[in-house]
Amino acid sequence: MRQVAIVGAAMTKFGVSEKTNLEMFAEAGLEAIARSNLEPRDMEALFFGNCLGDFEEGQLHMASFAHAELGLPVSAPATRFESACATATVATRHAALLVGAGVYDVVIAGGTERATKMGTPLATRTFAMASQAQHESSAGITFPGVFAMATHLYAHKYGIPLKDLKRHMAGVAVKNHYHGSMNPKAHFQKKIDIDMVLGGMMVADPLQLFDCCPFSDGAAAVVVANAGKAKDLIKNPIYIAGMGQASNGPLYLQKDLTRVRAREASIAQAYKEAGIGPDDLDVIELHDCFTIAEILALESFGVYDFGKAYDAATKGETALNGARVVVNPSGGLKAKGHPIGATGAAQITEIVEQLRGESGPRQVEGACIGLVDTLGGDLGTVCNIILTNRAN
Amino acid sequence: MEYKITFNHYQQGLEQGKFLGLTCNACHSVIFPPAAVCRECGSSDLTPTELSGRGTLRTFTVVRVAPEGKKPPYIVAMAELDEGPWALGNLINMNPDAADMGLIGKRVSLGRHMVKGDTYASDDTWVLTFALKDA
Ligand SMILES: [Zn+2]
Repeated sequence: MRQVAIVGAAMTKFGVSEKTNLEMFAEAGLEAIARSNLEPRDMEALFFGNCLGDFEEGQLHMASFAHAELGLPVSAPATRFESACATATVATRHAALLVGAGVYDVVIAGGTERATKMGTPLATRTFAMASQAQHESSAGITFPGVFAMATHLYAHKYGIPLKDLKRHMAGVAVKNHYHGSMNPKAHFQKKIDIDMVLGGMMVADPLQLFDCCPFSDGAAAVVVANAGKAKDLIKNPIYIAGMGQASNGPLYLQKDLTRVRAREASIAQAYKEAGIGPDDLDVIELHDCFTIAEILALESFGVYDFGKAYDAATKGETALNGARVVVNPSGGLKAKGHPIGATGAAQITEIVEQLRGESGPRQVEGACIGLVDTLGGDLGTVCNIILTNRAN
Repeated sequence: MEYKITFNHYQQGLEQGKFLGLTCNACHSVIFPPAAVCRECGSSDLTPTELSGRGTLRTFTVVRVAPEGKKPPYIVAMAELDEGPWALGNLINMNPDAADMGLIGKRVSLGRHMVKGDTYASDDTWVLTFALKDA
């Protein structure tokens, strides 16, 4: 495999948008192309992420329209990826695999989502479509419900009183909203406190409103290039050091939801390819769709032992300037927002900017190695990308 | 390769109050609900079996913000069946506001209830239920 680099990355502001999926994607995509000192006609393929365009806008087969919106040449194929919330990371991984294999030199990947258009009842219904239809979504399980069940399992398994666990989970929300307050692209840019989290409406016991990420609109895109060419394009390419992706089935087969087996398999692949381990990570953008999800992820990565990450945020270990490793400096899905088809590419955008030292007030000083972690569905897909600012 | 028990066949079993599964002849795991191959070893040498319908509750949630078409609050739970597999279903015969951590580890008996289809999943479906043994 040839070495592969990200040469340009961009995202729209996340939040509630009046723009169409295509308009948002074109804004992010054209900016990513411009930042790469390239033109749309230089793109050899589009790896396009979108989950719910059929419900949001009555639009299937959006990839070819996104291709047209960007002004790509007819010879550049556009392919839609759908891996629930991990969509754009999976799209980017496949872009990087084909560039690494020498099929293409320069491609664009990313995604777009306009989830707020649906309203909460339909959005909740469509998100639940990512659970197994015959046996699980038929029982009325929702995404907050899945992570709520994981929370109860976690409290029981590790003997942590639920009340204490919830206070520490609230600490994750407080930290990520603090980070989001420094991100002008974030859906929510206001700090919150633990009392606000613990006073929120109950969504799925024991998860309250501020334990949950929002439905958001937004798009993000990255230009992926052969590393040999990247240096000719820009002065500071960010290199892909390792990638992983793994799959797991319905909840009833996963059993103990505190152990995200797909993530454990995915991160092992990424560490192996990168030749690094958890202690080498300087900054992490991980899939905090719910506060408990950040805790589970840090344990899957080996940054903390199993059963030990629950109080990382309240101890200040994962905040900007924290003692251990900075987690979700963008604000994460919690505060930055979660337009599901775009999320992975926005996480990559944050890590690229962090590794280039372009993150302003939320810059992680001296960051060299960053991890992108995106989870799709009810723990059924995980995709990881490790990025570095050093060529190997 | 042919399914020993299709989803439709499994549903007919539920309608009659039977919990149809499969036993793997290679590794002796029990597969429930039925599938094409054994989840433990990948073998397709499977023999139909009927589960006892008993298990232990492992986790739960009370859904208070529901998908379009569902009426909250209701309880979704996972139980470990005595034969080994885990199952997801609705904990019934219980006030959702009374659900707490004390449920975890409680013995449950398996049942089923009919969930009407909606615009997107148009089939009516028998869904598993759990009820506390001492309730
Ligand atoms: Zn077997």
